[in-house]
Amino acid sequence: MPKAKVNGKEIEFEPGLTVLQVAELAGEEIPRFCYHERLSIAGNCRMCLVEVKPGPPKPQASCALPAADGQEILTASPMVKKAREGVMEFLLINHPLDCPICDQGGECDLQDEAMGYGRDDSRYQENKRAVEEKYLGPLIKTVMTRCIQCTRCVRFAAEIAGAPEMGMIGRGEDAEITSYLETALTSELTGNLADICPVGALTHKPWAFNYRPWELRKTDSVDVMDALGSAIRVDARGPEVMRILPRVNEDINEEWISDKTRYVVDGLLRQRLDRPYIRQGGKLVEATWGQAFAAIAGRLRAAKPERVGLIAGDLQDAESMKAALDLFRSLGVANIDCRQDGSALGAGPRESWLFNTTIAGLEQADAVLLVGANPRREGALVNARLRKQWLRGKLQLGVIGEVADLSFEYSYLGAGAASLERLIGSDDGFAKTLNAASAPIFIVGAGVLARSDSGALLNLLGRAAQTFKVVRDDWNGWNVLHTAASRVGGLDLGFVPGPGGLSAPEMVQAANAGELDVLFLLGADEIDTEKLGDAFVVYLGTHGDAGAHRADVILPGAAYTEKPGLYVNTEGRVQLANRAVFPKGEAREDWAILRALSEAAGKRLPYDSLEQLRSRLMAEHPTFGRIDYVPGPTKAAGFDLSALGAPGAATEEPFRSPVSDYYLTNPIARASVTLAECSAMFSRRAPAIAAE
Amino acid sequence: MSEGRGREPPSEGRGSGEEEGAPSPPRIGVSKVLLNLLGALAMGAGGAPAKAGIEGGRAPAPSGPTSPLVSAMSGAMSQHESAPRDGGAPNGEGRESVPPQAPAPEAIDRDVERTRRNGMELRRGAKGRTRLGSSQMVGILEDKDRIFLNLYGFQDPYLEGARARGAWNATKDMLDLGPDWIIAQIKNSGLRGRGGAGFGTGLKWSFMPKEVKERPHYLVVNADESEPGTCKDREIMRHDPHLLIEGCLIAAFAMKAHAAYVYIRGEYVYEREVLERAVKEAYEARLIGKDNVHGWDFDLYVHHGAGAYICGEETALLESLEGKKGQPRLKPPFPAGAGLYGCPTTVNNVESIAVVGTILRRGADWFASFGRPNNTGTKLMCISGHVNRPCNVEEVMSIPLKQLLEEHCGGVLGGWGNLKAVIPGGSSVPMIPAEQCEEALMDFDSLRDLKSGLGTAAVIVMDKSTDLVRAIARISYFYKHESCGQCTPCREGTGWMWRVMERMARGEAEMREIDLLLDVTTQVEGHTICALGDAAAWPIQGLFRHFRPEIEERIAAYRRGRPHVQGASLLAAE
Repeated sequence: MPKAKVNGKEIEFEPGLTVLQVAELAGEEIPRFCYHERLSIAGNCRMCLVEVKPGPPKPQASCALPAADGQEILTASPMVKKAREGVMEFLLINHPLDCPICDQGGECDLQDEAMGYGRDDSRYQENKRAVEEKYLGPLIKTVMTRCIQCTRCVRFAAEIAGAPEMGMIGRGEDAEITSYLETALTSELTGNLADICPVGALTHKPWAFNYRPWELRKTDSVDVMDALGSAIRVDARGPEVMRILPRVNEDINEEWISDKTRYVVDGLLRQRLDRPYIRQGGKLVEATWGQAFAAIAGRLRAAKPERVGLIAGDLQDAESMKAALDLFRSLGVANIDCRQDGSALGAGPRESWLFNTTIAGLEQADAVLLVGANPRREGALVNARLRKQWLRGKLQLGVIGEVADLSFEYSYLGAGAASLERLIGSDDGFAKTLNAASAPIFIVGAGVLARSDSGALLNLLGRAAQTFKVVRDDWNGWNVLHTAASRVGGLDLGFVPGPGGLSAPEMVQAANAGELDVLFLLGADEIDTEKLGDAFVVYLGTHGDAGAHRADVILPGAAYTEKPGLYVNTEGRVQLANRAVFPKGEAREDWAILRALSEAAGKRLPYDSLEQLRSRLMAEHPTFGRIDYVPGPTKAAGFDLSALGAPGAATEEPFRSPVSDYYLTNPIARASVTLAECSAMFSRRAPAIAAE
Repeated sequence: MSEGRGREPPSEGRGSGEEEGAPSPPRIGVSKVLLNLLGALAMGAGGAPAKAGIEGGRAPAPSGPTSPLVSAMSGAMSQHESAPRDGGAPNGEGRESVPPQAPAPEAIDRDVERTRRNGMELRRGAKGRTRLGSSQMVGILEDKDRIFLNLYGFQDPYLEGARARGAWNATKDMLDLGPDWIIAQIKNSGLRGRGGAGFGTGLKWSFMPKEVKERPHYLVVNADESEPGTCKDREIMRHDPHLLIEGCLIAAFAMKAHAAYVYIRGEYVYEREVLERAVKEAYEARLIGKDNVHGWDFDLYVHHGAGAYICGEETALLESLEGKKGQPRLKPPFPAGAGLYGCPTTVNNVESIAVVGTILRRGADWFASFGRPNNTGTKLMCISGHVNRPCNVEEVMSIPLKQLLEEHCGGVLGGWGNLKAVIPGGSSVPMIPAEQCEEALMDFDSLRDLKSGLGTAAVIVMDKSTDLVRAIARISYFYKHESCGQCTPCREGTGWMWRVMERMARGEAEMREIDLLLDVTTQVEGHTICALGDAAAWPIQGLFRHFRPEIEERIAAYRRGRPHVQGASLLAAE
């Protein structure tokens, strides 16, 4: 390996690194504004100047300079210091220096570096430049006078988000960052613009003037807005979550999160259920926990087990599902389902419902077939990964399903099952691509599997996957892109109908027909709650959404930021979420409510603490014992695709994404004013574009 | 070879080079001291040809044995040389016998007519002003050694005229000698890039990959001539476009490129029209294109820029050519590794390419015989400002600046004593004061030693009536206006420097701001992606290096009588 000297200290490095990276290897911190590990190199801020020997007798931009063997890198020489001080002075002469009223204050790169390289006075006596604000949509607030033209946002939009709508216009000191037409960015990753902005030019509009970063208590956690389980950091002040930021997790979200994940924050404060309610005379009235439990226990005792149902929602943690499962099974109930949408997955091997390739594994793919999936809406960061691989020029994509702007090019192969049949029978076009691929991938949208003919579709997909050898001994390209954070965990737990039990849609039907006496909704809002007949509905959840409106008893639970919990993402990765704040009002953690209810119902659950519950969960379901582990795409031996689904004829109905409005997929998001605004702006506009 | 073509308007000197081969006495304007100095320099470098070239005030005959082409072509050359030239007639009427053009669209005829008229006007004007005797040669370069024989457009710029002047002659023979021979010749000729930086052209070509792999090679000709004061490429494209096209073919062949792009400055509309017509002619005559007579498939595209100065920076030019915003790229990678569309590319100035054909025809030694070692060849120089006859002229490198001004330009307005300062290489190089002009030679090394530069050899002469501070302030404004805004020091620094310069031009500044301004220039210089930052800093540094007392006096004068006012800007209200 080549060696270089950094400030006299010799260090070995891998060929291909830049001088900046080598200096960091040696433990030297290089100030930078425009350089970002995940973006292309611009080299324009000139803050990372270092002295390199041999080389020209002037400082070099270390972010763009390839390191070479025998190089001598000086990061703190007088020449370097003078150069950086010069650059810092230039950056500051037209900067408003309004840190006291800037939301970036306290976590601003410019502020930090100015401590090291700034002057204590200004030598600039001319008028400062002012730049007009730009409108960038409801999520990003701009104060463009603060902009230092590093173009990180331009590169992020063009490269990662695939929305080439940002750019720099004008030249010289009149150069301005803008979205040209000043419309909101058509991307689900807009919020990251504010993260990568090194100064306060782009900040979060919904959180403007709400907090100072040093006031916040930071908790690492996991997102539940989609099934990816992005790593997040929940920042709270007192009892209130103030903001959600991404954490680095190379396997899932790298360092981005989607807008729904980030801006759902105000949804955590609105429409909250903060005490138990019981419906009396058609109206919900406040009640105590005891009254609520007594009312439920009475109904449960009175009902026959086959006339009782349990449906789990999309945001549930594994512990609460486990507790509910234990309780209702002990009551003899078989009508249990975690698949509100009526998905056909759940029987067969675990691989059949996982995103086996893993999200990071998409970077090995060379051919991807998307079946009924719109990854942009169902998992924005899966889409970003696909785009990343596509940008490398190594990936070809085909789509069967909706026509949508996915930020990459793809071959459109048709809308429904017939197109899939045709693809199986064909040996040119995209079929040829798939056959020739060394790492072919199927991404099946959850929407395909939640239809009346999903058994036949699953079988057909299995056949297609066999035809194109998507699953091999050393490669598993079978992927299901779920949309519900709780789904894989529920399926892993066996949260599916027992022998003779009804599935979720069947339970709704049965309730409507008067064949169900008690329906327990564990945070389930995505079923048709208007058509539950006269069934006694218990809703355990966090928000006054569809389920709570229909409920006869409401048990206030904890949202995902308010309880520690295990979530299994679409890859089958078990992740631990932490509590950032306490549940609102009298609300309690879900598992504890179920534990208390079990006592009232006379079937006391055998655990008194979360630890006991977890150890039981892990003992009974070993997959939960391996936190942050996925088998990965290379272990596919023994996965039989032909056993998927049931043979039959699929209907001609075109495939649809289950997510029609990206911003409003769950009760928390529906309570958020910010996301409602986004929905009004983007989701209502989308059909018009599609129709054009 | 004895035919002298006095088409240089300043000289009007027909037959100036009549004594072929015989050493003629030193021409006017070269002081003894200078001659001694030059001789010493030349001998120190062991360069006999250079010595002869300078001391004799002229170059030796192009009879160098090194070039196999020279002997092969001498017949053809002499034939061309001695052929009567219509455009070369001593009087204006001679133009009437321009060979009839092939039937061409009216627009093209109009262009020719315009070119012709321009030339006549130029000549008439020159005749009226000339002070030199008609038989007296000026400068050092003899007519027989000129590369750009139609610099002033007195002749047909198109194919027929160009052929008569020697262009496209024996091009095939040169290509047959192979790329290595061409590159070696260019290296031996000592040709340094004519765009301003003065990087060895042959060396630059040799950086291209030896073999074409999966990515094609490209030649890009930088015709985005925007440096204030410079107008040499303009004349080449207007009046000798075929030299450029031929050079493109040879250079492309030497670098194994099958396509070349000429990126023309946006404001050069007429030049583009001429060049496009010349390219069309070359295609029609199968000189270039697929299956051409030279046996090297070659396409030439003329691309029109949009008039941004920064697009003359080679990587910004490539960006612009690719259809992106013209902003310089980071180097490395250099264009020879990853240039246009990521393919190996060489970017050369128009003049560097246009001289290639003639260098190869006449031999590297012939070209290397002009000027001082390391500063060889002939060079187009553009003199503007306070001289009696501003002009473009092809001269040998290392011609004394004073001789250049005195002989070609009729001297400084009001005499040499009225000279205040000269910017010798386009607006981006530091100025030199009059006393240094006495001994400055117009070449890279001499001007570098004077802390200035040859740049594009665009000499801007300023006499004692010039407000230097205002002049530099205007130049600062230019750089502030043309900065692309990509990197911090240039984006912010150019505006700062301009604003301070503006105030200094009014005297409305404080003494300590002089050092502040100089400090700012050093903070810009060398810290930017491209050289525009340097170019913006140098003129100011040059001004303060030589004329600091003048600014101090101006500031003092402004404050004199206003002792109670600290903020000088408040005085504007009075």
